[in-house]
Amino acid sequence: MKKVIFAVLISITAIVGSTQLWAATSAKVIAVRDGDSIQNAIREASPGDTILVYPGLYKETVYIDKNDITIRGVVEAGKWPVMDGEDVLNDGILVAGHGVTVDRFVIRRFKGNGIMTQGANNYKIINNIVEGDSVYGIFPQFSNNGLVADNVIWNVHDAAIYLGMCQNADVVRNDTFGSVMGIEIENSTNILVENNTVHDNSSGIQVTLLQGLPVKTANNTIVRRNFISDNNVPNFAPAGSAAAATPAGTGVVVFAADSTTIEGNIITGNDSAAIIMIDHDSSPNMRDPEMDPTPDDTKIYDNVYWNNANKPFGAVKDFLDTAKLKEAAEIILATQSKGGCIANRSSVRELGTQDFDECPAGATSLDVTTMQLAEPVPENNEQTQLNGEFAYQAICAGCHIYDGRMVGPPMRVIQAIYRGRPEAMAEWIANPTRKREDYPEMPPQNYLSEKDRLEVANYILNVLGKPRKLREAREDKE
Amino acid sequence: MNFIVFHTARNAAVLAAIFLAQICGVSLAAPAPDVDAFPLKSDCPPSFMLVAENSCQLVSLYQRYSSPKGFGGLRNPLPDARSGFSPQEIDLGRYLFFDPLLSGDKKTSCAHCHHPDYGYADGRGMAMGFGGTGVGIDRAGGTEINRAAPTLWNVGFLRRYFWDWRATTLEAQAEGPLYSDVEMGNTPAQLEADINANEDYRRLFARAFGLTDDQSVEEGHIIRALVAFETSLVSLNSRYDRYAHGDHSALTAQEQAGHSIFRSFVARCSQCHTPPLFSNGELAVIGAPEPEGKAFDTGADAIFPGMKLTGAFKVPTLRNISRTAPYMHSGGLASLQDVVTFYNDERGHSLPEDVDAVIHWHIADPNLRKEEELALIAFLHTLEDETTAPVVPSSVPSGLPVVPVAATTLPKSKNK
Repeated sequence: MKKVIFAVLISITAIVGSTQLWAATSAKVIAVRDGDSIQNAIREASPGDTILVYPGLYKETVYIDKNDITIRGVVEAGKWPVMDGEDVLNDGILVAGHGVTVDRFVIRRFKGNGIMTQGANNYKIINNIVEGDSVYGIFPQFSNNGLVADNVIWNVHDAAIYLGMCQNADVVRNDTFGSVMGIEIENSTNILVENNTVHDNSSGIQVTLLQGLPVKTANNTIVRRNFISDNNVPNFAPAGSAAAATPAGTGVVVFAADSTTIEGNIITGNDSAAIIMIDHDSSPNMRDPEMDPTPDDTKIYDNVYWNNANKPFGAVKDFLDTAKLKEAAEIILATQSKGGCIANRSSVRELGTQDFDECPAGATSLDVTTMQLAEPVPENNEQTQLNGEFAYQAICAGCHIYDGRMVGPPMRVIQAIYRGRPEAMAEWIANPTRKREDYPEMPPQNYLSEKDRLEVANYILNVLGKPRKLREAREDKE
Repeated sequence: MNFIVFHTARNAAVLAAIFLAQICGVSLAAPAPDVDAFPLKSDCPPSFMLVAENSCQLVSLYQRYSSPKGFGGLRNPLPDARSGFSPQEIDLGRYLFFDPLLSGDKKTSCAHCHHPDYGYADGRGMAMGFGGTGVGIDRAGGTEINRAAPTLWNVGFLRRYFWDWRATTLEAQAEGPLYSDVEMGNTPAQLEADINANEDYRRLFARAFGLTDDQSVEEGHIIRALVAFETSLVSLNSRYDRYAHGDHSALTAQEQAGHSIFRSFVARCSQCHTPPLFSNGELAVIGAPEPEGKAFDTGADAIFPGMKLTGAFKVPTLRNISRTAPYMHSGGLASLQDVVTFYNDERGHSLPEDVDAVIHWHIADPNLRKEEELALIAFLHTLEDETTAPVVPSSVPSGLPVVPVAATTLPKSKNK
């Protein structure tokens, strides 16, 4: 009964609350207005659809488990759609579908993250205002090929923007402040962090290889042309969190990550250091038996340093005190490191970087203009075609065997029922009903496309069982 | 060569029988007229497809996805699995797995601690090996081991074995309990001698490995067959999986809410129990309590000293977690509710005061409400799928009694 009421409510919402505009293609636009639920619109949406959210207050968490959805805020006369977690709800927007765009929302007061992706490729997170109170502001995780651009984020207890175990992304033109870290790139490969403003955090930009994670390397992040200033807030991350170990007062931190390039940044007014390179031994957390704990191949090309390292405090001061060093430095290497270089090094106050070379004249990363992929990551693995046999073994064989009883009835019996009628079988697979008292009802396989269902039906009717065994028997006799 | 002829002749006979049965419309569920008391299947287990060279390849819808492998999300591919064993190797491994002949006391099979009625774990806090009788909490008379027997579901996807990561292959793992004094208490020499002295096993190994009459069965053959069987324990067709593949009606509203809590950055369960395997296979220090009276277990620190891994254990899979109570490395938590309560409490609350352990950063204080806890537990039940469980042999070549498997030995679930 409850289910029925729920369904009716959704229908009413669909009819009354939303105007559905049909685009030239079959993709539709679903409008959500103040008082509606964004999640209900997601439920209605199909891949390719756009959901327009008009100004209003939305107190909900939005989960996007479908592919190719665009969810876009409509700003009217300075009024934005606001998602408010009231410090009770867990996350703002959580994306697990591929090809999703999140554009132009104000997101505030969520206990977990503002916007997070999990295993979602080809993502775009753009033009959002994330007012924090959360653990991370914007956090793509396990996601490949993405863009995080033109967002403003502050008051976050860890990193305002955090990329975890990602590949190929651009993090550009964001403004991050008032957080423990402005931007952190963790256990990721091929990331461009460019043209961001990162100020008044505990630490500006971190490139990290974090211990205890299944991705065991961090490689090839370019930190370029960012404004990194006055990151002097004492570290306020909760005790025991990974961020609590971050050295405060720092512009750029390289923590065990390899092949980081730092170029063309304006780094000013960071009291502990402009750039510091550290390893896993400096961390209070576990060492990872499967990781190289030191940062190698750091390229520090030309940057503008001004007014940094004047009043070291926190972890950097502890390091200088322990090493009995009286002089602070703009660039500190507090670990072993191979393959590093510093440009114009005579102009910089350095510490511990004796083994670094002067970078070759003219060396630059500017030939890399984007780390996003030229083509989107395909949603399905092209090497694994879903043919009828694959689908049968992957899905049907979980409950059916050809002869005999498993969870469902023997396929030999089903074959006889649908002989010569693959279309009818494909249709029934999508909407099964209970036919046998002594068997459970089959779950619907309506997530398979019509073509896929027809292929599996043809496999069951024409290939499964007798013909193959006969063929083998014949081969055996030969 | 000998093997092929033998194998083919047998196959032809079976196939002829199948063909005959089909023509006559007789179901093969009835016992087939087979001369062999211990036939080896020539078909792959469910979730596997027979490919060229008589090898079974895993097939799963997750293989269709093209994201980076195995690190979470909804429609992501699986990590690489051990696969490619022959149907005969897998089926021979099934007999071995259930045969107490593999133990020194001739009473303990693999299945005594990885039992089908207990989600291929054993229903106990700490496992009991050598000398014991019975299964589950009724098992008695043997040596109690200081850690829990983990489930074997989806074990073929792992790259590190044991709670403390000390083995890197399934083969090395199998040798652990086989030759441990307190587990199966055997020796390689005794194992080979027992198998070679058994006519049925000699015949089965000849068939599965192509051994000639004058070739004896070696330890490597025995372990390979066990590994082959273990890799066939695949559980990827739960209701959760249907939801992940796109059937959003597969989970109830409460279960969907639980899924969302599971993957939220407040509870953070999915950060270590990453789908689709619901484990990232990593080591983590969570500070789980030991059962009363048991000393603190330093875990992986003994294997990797000096790496701040005191109290670290491998993140276990949550597949079929509703079938494998009690929980944690030594059964310190009795039910899923106890587990959720543990994580929802202050970090490190169960650590002894004199222990210097670094609790994992994802252990926070999520402050979940009661209804969130209940939804989370409901979601954990959706990871249950034992539809492809192998058939337990009614008898094994040694003639020793097979571990009892019965509905009456099913664990009493407190959460259903």
